[in-house]
Amino acid sequence: MEHITITRESDARGSFCPGPLMELIRIVRDAKVGDVLAVISSDDGSKKDIPLWLTKAKHELLGTESVEGATRFICRKTH
Amino acid sequence: MPKILILGGGTGGTLLANLLARSIGSQAAITVVSSQVQHYYQPGWLYVPFGQQDPRSLSRPERELLNDKVELVHGDIRELDATAETVTLADGTRLDYDFLVIATGSQVAPEDVPGLVEGAHHFYTHEGASRLFGALQEFDGGKIVVGVGGLPYKCPVAPLEFTFLLEDFLTKRGLRDKTEITYTFPIGRCFTIETVAEVAQRFLDDRGIKVETFFNLELIKPAERIAVSMEGTELPYDLCVMIPPHRGAKFLQGHALADGRGWVKTDRATLRVPGHDQIWALGDTTDLPISKAGSTAHFQASAIAEQIAAAVEHREPDARKATYEGHVMCFLEVGHSKATILDFDYSGPPQPKTPNALMHYLKMAFNKAYFHIVPNGWV
Repeated sequence: MEHITITRESDARGSFCPGPLMELIRIVRDAKVGDVLAVISSDDGSKKDIPLWLTKAKHELLGTESVEGATRFICRKTH
Repeated sequence: MPKILILGGGTGGTLLANLLARSIGSQAAITVVSSQVQHYYQPGWLYVPFGQQDPRSLSRPERELLNDKVELVHGDIRELDATAETVTLADGTRLDYDFLVIATGSQVAPEDVPGLVEGAHHFYTHEGASRLFGALQEFDGGKIVVGVGGLPYKCPVAPLEFTFLLEDFLTKRGLRDKTEITYTFPIGRCFTIETVAEVAQRFLDDRGIKVETFFNLELIKPAERIAVSMEGTELPYDLCVMIPPHRGAKFLQGHALADGRGWVKTDRATLRVPGHDQIWALGDTTDLPISKAGSTAHFQASAIAEQIAAAVEHREPDARKATYEGHVMCFLEVGHSKATILDFDYSGPPQPKTPNALMHYLKMAFNKAYFHIVPNGWV
């Protein structure tokens, strides 16, 4: 995924409230269609929650990568 | 004498000013700028719609809450120039500083969601809570939709608490059997924190409250009385209570130190604004993905106070006191005179105990004691 340029990223490690998914929804809502967005989460539940919401809201999960024991979720706002 | 300028007279700004006045009040000039004469205890607005709290009792003059060594300036902020190290007020007054703390909080922005102003209620302002009180007095049954209408929003448990108190209120008025309550939430469970969601879901189920997950409000159709989510769900209603999205202070929206909605870029441990060693952000104002809540500002204030005091006294800060570790503490009211407490930090989520009467009465006592124990730093 080296060729992808991330428009905006939020580091939500250690964030339980509002939490990584709420943070991702917030930045998706503020973004422009086509923007590539990322959130870093240390919460294992994100591996299920984030792809599920992206599917439900019809945005595109571009991929995930490990970051110092956490996970970076990268997605594109599609509409 | 170094000048410490604190923008905002809410919980964080007021507490920080008083902590600094006590520790270095004779070595520095401390000024608070507040746009409001009154200091509001905002968590009390939760009870106003149910007639359990007189909104007039939820404020005190800011001057009365500040240490005598702190100067208070009333005015709206027009501009912050971080290069010239000056702040300009709407009336043209220019204030300079050696140390700056931005603690201007958050404001509701219902105008950001189409139809929200005309079609829904909220309880996040004095006026909104009072208007909702009137609507509930007139309500005689039907569909009520309660939820989160945009992100971010402050006091994250408040929509859940409101839902539980609403069920209690309708039961006591004999309207519960004639009312369908639907609680909505943006993600796939009823609250962000899994441990809290498990507790809350049990009470929602027990009380027959419907839950609509993955509901991110897109718009309200006031004429048709329908709430529509970005996921495509439509919920008809007779009364709609949706917490509006929030924004930072107007002068920060699009500022170089902040994002487009006015949230100030902030280091999660030092609370400094990156690239500006003499500027901190405190409370709701930050862009940190943590709870926007009074307790967050409360715990952050002592970390910033230690850093500024150390700088004024030309010493190294006590690292333990000067570091914010993500500490948040809040009550979760579940109605029927029961509550629990949520206490957590960056290291792990809360493990809430079963809601009980003791925690409910502790919350009530805290609400009454706030003006006497929080702004002055007694707790």
